[in-house]
Amino acid sequence: MSQHFLIFFSAAVVTNFVLVYFLGLCPVIGVTNKSATGFRLGLATTFVMVLASIAAWVMNFVLVRAPYLRVIAFIVAIASIVQLVELFIKKFSPALYRELGIFLPLIASNSQVLLLAIFQTNRGYTLTQGLAFALGGGLGITAVLAIVGILRERLEFAPIPAIARGPAIVFMIAALLSLIFMGFAGMGTA
Amino acid sequence: MSMAVKASTGPNTPQAVLTRGLWHENPVLVQTLGLCSALAVTNAVANSLAMGLATAFVLVCSSAIVSLMRKYIAHEIRITTYILIIATFLGVADLSLEAIVPEVHKSLGAYIALIVTNCVVLGRQEAFASRNTVGLSVLDAIGNGVGFTIALLLMGIPREVLGNGTFLGVHVMPAGFDPWVVMMLPPGGFFMIGILLLGANWHDLRKIARARAVAPATAPATAPAREREEALV
Repeated sequence: MSQHFLIFFSAAVVTNFVLVYFLGLCPVIGVTNKSATGFRLGLATTFVMVLASIAAWVMNFVLVRAPYLRVIAFIVAIASIVQLVELFIKKFSPALYRELGIFLPLIASNSQVLLLAIFQTNRGYTLTQGLAFALGGGLGITAVLAIVGILRERLEFAPIPAIARGPAIVFMIAALLSLIFMGFAGMGTA
Repeated sequence: MSMAVKASTGPNTPQAVLTRGLWHENPVLVQTLGLCSALAVTNAVANSLAMGLATAFVLVCSSAIVSLMRKYIAHEIRITTYILIIATFLGVADLSLEAIVPEVHKSLGAYIALIVTNCVVLGRQEAFASRNTVGLSVLDAIGNGVGFTIALLLMGIPREVLGNGTFLGVHVMPAGFDPWVVMMLPPGGFFMIGILLLGANWHDLRKIARARAVAPATAPATAPAREREEALV
């Protein structure tokens, strides 16, 4: 059990998917104008990651014979899962569907989910360890999207010099956040 | 990915198509695409070069195939088709890198797989290769692939020189130089791309100011420049 907690904590904070592995930077720039939207996209990503983790675990029984097919197989599985989640959200929460817009289908081409499946395979996680990894990674992403969103809401009222407007200032914020998260280095596994 | 689905601007002469991606519509510095791999692997010059060239290879091959098949790919399943084509060439690039430069392949690790989800590659299929002839698509892919490599080197060279005191593994800084370790760590990647984007904004603002001084009424030539002017001013 403590092993599971360690995996969860590492994925969420120590090796945060966004700030340490540089994964999924497009939504960080794209949907963090409002912290609430970032938070919801983070949760949707977490959901997809949990499903993808289970799918990757099942598929690895076959793929162990053909490791060179891994990326193709994973990417097709992820695209199908995202399609299902999209239909599900469209039916049960049309408001959220409209709010997330293009970024919902783009979870399919999101590097976070693909690398989650690959890391899980490379590290030989069991089903439950994989789930802890997916939950930790997803919640870590959600936290970063929400924090960047909150900071950007503050920046609306700040006198930013013209040359720093747009993505430049968002990356400076991300650099500082990343520096803060470096403080956790060495506290988890891998 | 957000800005990937955007058609290119300007005339489609072979020369313009080839040079556009190099600088004025540079995928990383101007369109801010493909950032994940641009930040993750650029802590050493060798890694940056290998990643850039592998991406360029995948981009050129997939653009050629997508452009050849553009009349037969159904609109509804085009993205899935592009991704499958890209993933196939990624497999080729992955195995070739492992055979040619095993050490670099090892240090790039799982990030090689990220070429599949790189918005530069998918973006060129959607914006260019699916609507143009094979020859033009290949030229466009070469331009964008080399532009991507240039951007990666712009990130990788300062990060390795300042963070480790070396260039391609050879010591270049004076003996008393204390390496800025933070440049090799994740925050260094974010700082470096932030600084490059500041530079791009500064360059744009200066160009706009100069254009205004010469002829106040003329708008900037290209659509991206116009969009950026609206965002900046």
